[in-house]
Amino acid sequence: MSARDLTAQPWTEPGRGSGLLDVVRRRYLLKLLVRKELRVRYRGSVLGLAWSYVKPGVQYVVYFLALGIFLQQSRNIEDFPVYLFSGLVVVNVFTEAFGNATRAVVWNAPLVKKIFLPRELFPVASVWVAGVHFVPQLVVLLVGALLSGWRLEVLPVLGAVLATLIIAALATGLGLLFGSLNVVFRDMENFVDLTNMVVVWLSPVLYRWDQVTQVVPAWVGVLYQLNPITVAVELYHYAFWWPGTRDTPATALPPDLLVNSLVAVVIAAAVLVVGQLVFRRVEGRFAIDL
Amino acid sequence: MSVLPASAPASAGPTSRIVVDDVRMQFVLRHNRSLKELAMAAVRGKDLGNTFMALDGVSLNVDSGETVALLGHNGSGKSTLLKLISGVMHPTSGSVRLRGRIAGLIEVGAGFHPDLTGRENVYLNGAILGMDEAAIRARFDDIVAFSEIERFIDTEVKHYSSGMFLRLAFSVAVHTDPEIFLIDEILSVGDEPFQRKCLDRIRELKDEGRTLVVVSHDLNMVSDLCSRGVVLQHGNQVFDGSAADAVAHLRSL
Repeated sequence: MSARDLTAQPWTEPGRGSGLLDVVRRRYLLKLLVRKELRVRYRGSVLGLAWSYVKPGVQYVVYFLALGIFLQQSRNIEDFPVYLFSGLVVVNVFTEAFGNATRAVVWNAPLVKKIFLPRELFPVASVWVAGVHFVPQLVVLLVGALLSGWRLEVLPVLGAVLATLIIAALATGLGLLFGSLNVVFRDMENFVDLTNMVVVWLSPVLYRWDQVTQVVPAWVGVLYQLNPITVAVELYHYAFWWPGTRDTPATALPPDLLVNSLVAVVIAAAVLVVGQLVFRRVEGRFAIDL
Repeated sequence: MSVLPASAPASAGPTSRIVVDDVRMQFVLRHNRSLKELAMAAVRGKDLGNTFMALDGVSLNVDSGETVALLGHNGSGKSTLLKLISGVMHPTSGSVRLRGRIAGLIEVGAGFHPDLTGRENVYLNGAILGMDEAAIRARFDDIVAFSEIERFIDTEVKHYSSGMFLRLAFSVAVHTDPEIFLIDEILSVGDEPFQRKCLDRIRELKDEGRTLVVVSHDLNMVSDLCSRGVVLQHGNQVFDGSAADAVAHLRSL
């Protein structure tokens, strides 16, 4: 065979991709990786995907009994069951996405070591899997909200969409950051588990936001309100809880929710950028350190 | 593989496919890095880093359609060089540049999952190796026919014998459509008839004008299959010439 002139073909450097853009380009592979993770998660399990109902269901009942009934939050907060669940689904999807994305690269070590792929695919697939588990919870939430008098309004629904995007960007960014560092220091897994344990208490999921701001210094209150997860939780309250309440005035929602939402968007976007940059810095060591 | 465009290497000719330019690969051998160890090292002023040079200034220019064997004893750096070309690792210094799509047949079946069926694994691995859905669908029947496991294609791979597993994995890998194939010790696949079939398939790829870089300890096969041989020793390139001469050189080492 005669060697052809290849001058028209561009040169490339192997192993240097364009990060998250490659994930978009290879979405078919992403789809298959998500499907694989879902299949593998529920292998040999009779209940299968139903586990993604059972776990949050049990967690919900426990919180409802302990906080709603025993600690009487039901008296402080109108429609407490819906209030609790709309915050809980946000925290659940975040902690699942963040925790699994952190472990994604290590879990896929055989692939990472042997074949070059855009490695961002693995954390992104984990976030996507959390999204799949999130959908049934959202359906349950919607049914519960409807039963307690929820009605469709445009602005609240837009708020929910925005909150979902904030959570997705935040979990992906943090997942890229900690997932790459986890290859070098496995301590990250434990650190992330610890963070995930605390998240539900650092956002107004089990109580009202003003129960915090009343007792902490003003600047702590501001920080508390700027936590993107707090913002996402409040937006979910605004979307699924508040429209169904009868006696709760709009002023009961935290003030500056719009401004806080914009700040949360900026924070989530910044975290995504930082996560991607760190991931690319550390990526060169994946095949060596795994 | 979607990879960013890079600058053209200086030593490239018009028909170059792969240009490896003065590549060094240094590994840091760290045995421990717990907090205790780090603290002890800081107090005693001992360096934890114990470095090892796997490749020490290797340059290589592979033309389109060439079949190059990387030869060397264990630990000579051949697999490291292959990993640098595939992009799994990045060199400590120097550069690697490619033209065209690349597929690594480095340890076939790396992307296989035991809990998925043969069919699902074919799609997953095809996608991992860079094929899109239409391409996999178009080649699906060929892949299955080549692997000779039609009856078991919808069985979970964990129930396969190791030979069946490797046959399917190899079959997916050789039905991708890259210009450059990296082949690492995969011809030890399956029984003898299947090995012969694999070798025939690789000759076909070669005759189609694809570029092959082969790592193998089967010297007879290599000198038969490849047109050129490069011998590595302790991370240095010590010979570059015809495959037969390279094998002779390696045997004299």
